[in-house]
Amino acid sequence: MNLTLSEEQLALQETLNRFVAKDYSFKTRHDIIGSATGISAPHWAQFAELGLLALPFAETYGGLGGSAVDTMLVMEAMGRGLMVEPYLATVVLAGGLLRDAGSEAQKELWLPQIADGSLLMGFAHYETGGRYEIDRVATRAQRTGGGYVLNGTKTFVLHGAQANQLIVSALDIHDAQPAGTLSLFMVDPNAEGVNIHAYVTQDNLRAAEISFTDVKLDDHSLLGEAHAVPALPTIERVLDAANAALCAEAVGAMEALNQATLEYLKTRKQFGVPIGSFQALQHRMVDMFTAAEQARSMAILASIRMQSANAAERRWACAAAKVLVSESARLVGQQAVQLHGGMGVTDELNISHYFKRLTAICATFGDADYHLGYVSDSLLAA
Amino acid sequence: MNLDPSESEQVFRAEVRAFIERELPDDIRQTVLMGRELAKEDYLRWQRILYKRGWGAPGWPTAFGGTGWNAVEKHIFDEETTTAGAPGQIAFGLAMVAPVIMAYGTPAQQQRFLPRILSGEDWWCQGYSEPGSGSDLASLKMRAELAHDAENGNHYILNGQKTWNTLGQHADWIFCLVRTNIEGRPQAGISFVLVDMKSTGITVRPIIMLDGGHEINDVFFDNVKVPIANRIGEENKGWSYAKFLLGHERTGLALIGQSKRVLKRLKNMAALERANGRPLIENQRFRDRIARVEIDLTALDMTMMRLLSAGEGKPLGPEVSMLKIRGTEILQVLTELSMMACGHAGLASLPQAWKPGWTGVPIGYAHTPPMAGVYFNMRKLSIFGGSNEIQKNIVSQMILGL
Repeated sequence: MNLTLSEEQLALQETLNRFVAKDYSFKTRHDIIGSATGISAPHWAQFAELGLLALPFAETYGGLGGSAVDTMLVMEAMGRGLMVEPYLATVVLAGGLLRDAGSEAQKELWLPQIADGSLLMGFAHYETGGRYEIDRVATRAQRTGGGYVLNGTKTFVLHGAQANQLIVSALDIHDAQPAGTLSLFMVDPNAEGVNIHAYVTQDNLRAAEISFTDVKLDDHSLLGEAHAVPALPTIERVLDAANAALCAEAVGAMEALNQATLEYLKTRKQFGVPIGSFQALQHRMVDMFTAAEQARSMAILASIRMQSANAAERRWACAAAKVLVSESARLVGQQAVQLHGGMGVTDELNISHYFKRLTAICATFGDADYHLGYVSDSLLAA
Repeated sequence: MNLDPSESEQVFRAEVRAFIERELPDDIRQTVLMGRELAKEDYLRWQRILYKRGWGAPGWPTAFGGTGWNAVEKHIFDEETTTAGAPGQIAFGLAMVAPVIMAYGTPAQQQRFLPRILSGEDWWCQGYSEPGSGSDLASLKMRAELAHDAENGNHYILNGQKTWNTLGQHADWIFCLVRTNIEGRPQAGISFVLVDMKSTGITVRPIIMLDGGHEINDVFFDNVKVPIANRIGEENKGWSYAKFLLGHERTGLALIGQSKRVLKRLKNMAALERANGRPLIENQRFRDRIARVEIDLTALDMTMMRLLSAGEGKPLGPEVSMLKIRGTEILQVLTELSMMACGHAGLASLPQAWKPGWTGVPIGYAHTPPMAGVYFNMRKLSIFGGSNEIQKNIVSQMILGL
């Protein structure tokens, strides 16, 4: 057992901390979220320069061969710095799918472009009516002579309108297989029949509803080498990775909130004394600190188990982590606002922005109830 | 980062496990796993078995006959023994007064007391709380006045009352905080003395707990003579020794092994109990509660390992207060769910069913009778060893700087 960071990881953490402090101030973020695209090309170029975009990919594809723990460190910094860049969508989700299920040719084509920062991607998977269920896909890819025709609508595609390339989950349907096999397809968002309805999320990220009407895909669009290989295990794995990443991001945001709140308790005076001298507030702060520490432990567990070959063990850890991190995030977010008093409910202070990001994390890719369901039902299998 | 045990950790865990498998008497194991009451002799039998193996004092340095284990090894030992159903080692001697004697006692005191703690010959209990001094321990009033006579030489005369004394009915010795000075700051007038429970003038009066069990007492001191050689360190410096001791006490209060044991039993119970003709575990509302507390326990376990990993085997700091708060809350939830699992049958009060060797017919399943009592009893967890509110004060001051 070793739960300390390696020399290289400490250096990466240090780099990330410096980047957040120097290059991603709250003011900078303010300008970015107010821009047309809601993301920043110069900062993305810096991500590439620092090697962050190459981290989880093999060296053959221009990557650095990093682990899930390295991704955890990046995501923690995303949370601490409240960064709105499409790291989750491009690197963790789409990059993860390509890495895990792409054909050799697809990996050679796309991964180096992700790693060098020239390609933004999105993963179009969830559909209306399915809520958080992973296997509820109605989008159809009907095989034709030389390819497919894609029809369906996807919801909550993170950074879908910013992506240069989409990965879309759909049923691979042909005459011999009318029910279809859940599969993944590379789709050009500029293709005819793709309609993107972009919106801003509550926490100032960007997402989109995307509909596909008779979109023609060529034969090489199918992700992977062979037909009829069910994509569900790949999708489950990448969503586990995304949830592990979200847990790490939440830990970074909670740490920032706790630090700011503690500072406020020590400096804000009422009745002639710092409000941190009141026991009711001290104990609240201890609860927030304890919640964040438990959350950190679970985020680490999820990242470690992402590397496990045992899918059930991996899924259990990511689901359990999301339950505990969500509940901790709710407590820390709500109480940070509460302890900041009136200032906590203003747009001007970063506290409310952290709170909104944490709230969004709780509802992204399965909330606490959804993930508790997995952990709970695994008791039946035992 | 990884959770794979190192080779030496694996070897160590296997060695501990094999030892328990071989040496833990089955009657004791069953009593513990069923949540029934242990007799004094059960504790002593297990302590003698450990002593014989050289593991009588997992927390002590080798110089005093301990194992010299680091924090990770102690954690593994604790987890393995606890989940297997071994009795907890009585902490008052081994984990509480012994570190004080090692740190502040004279060589004569060390030679006199430590070997008998290690072997289990002396059972120790604690004399800290008083009726008017709970969380505000420094306000304690029990007097110790200096006296001299031909028979006893220089000695103290103790008068007053200690309370919430655990298992003092079994004890040979009690360590007490007493007031030797009534002037100045309350903390500056306290001394730490070791008292023979057979001394004239000591009366132990049982306090029956809400579950009907007798594990705590009032202890009255009526002109009890204590040789001055039984004082630890300097007169009026007892408070600093007591604080040192409290730091040691909390380390073991994360109760992770115990919670794992109770969780395992709870899962078995939920498979056996029936709701609507089906196993209770199939009831989603109840199953969710088990899942939720299992997640909390996993987080606590990971936090413990994280602290151990960062501390490189050294003792933990004020973070142990956080572990005590979460650990006691989790075990309380687990014992509550264990009672709930029993439904109506859990309401039957069969105090005799707790006793060692009981062979009567239980209401409900074999696991049922102690469950409500255990739940009631475990409310003590968030109160003793420094209440959880006091622990929050400690985190607030020592970690957050408030």
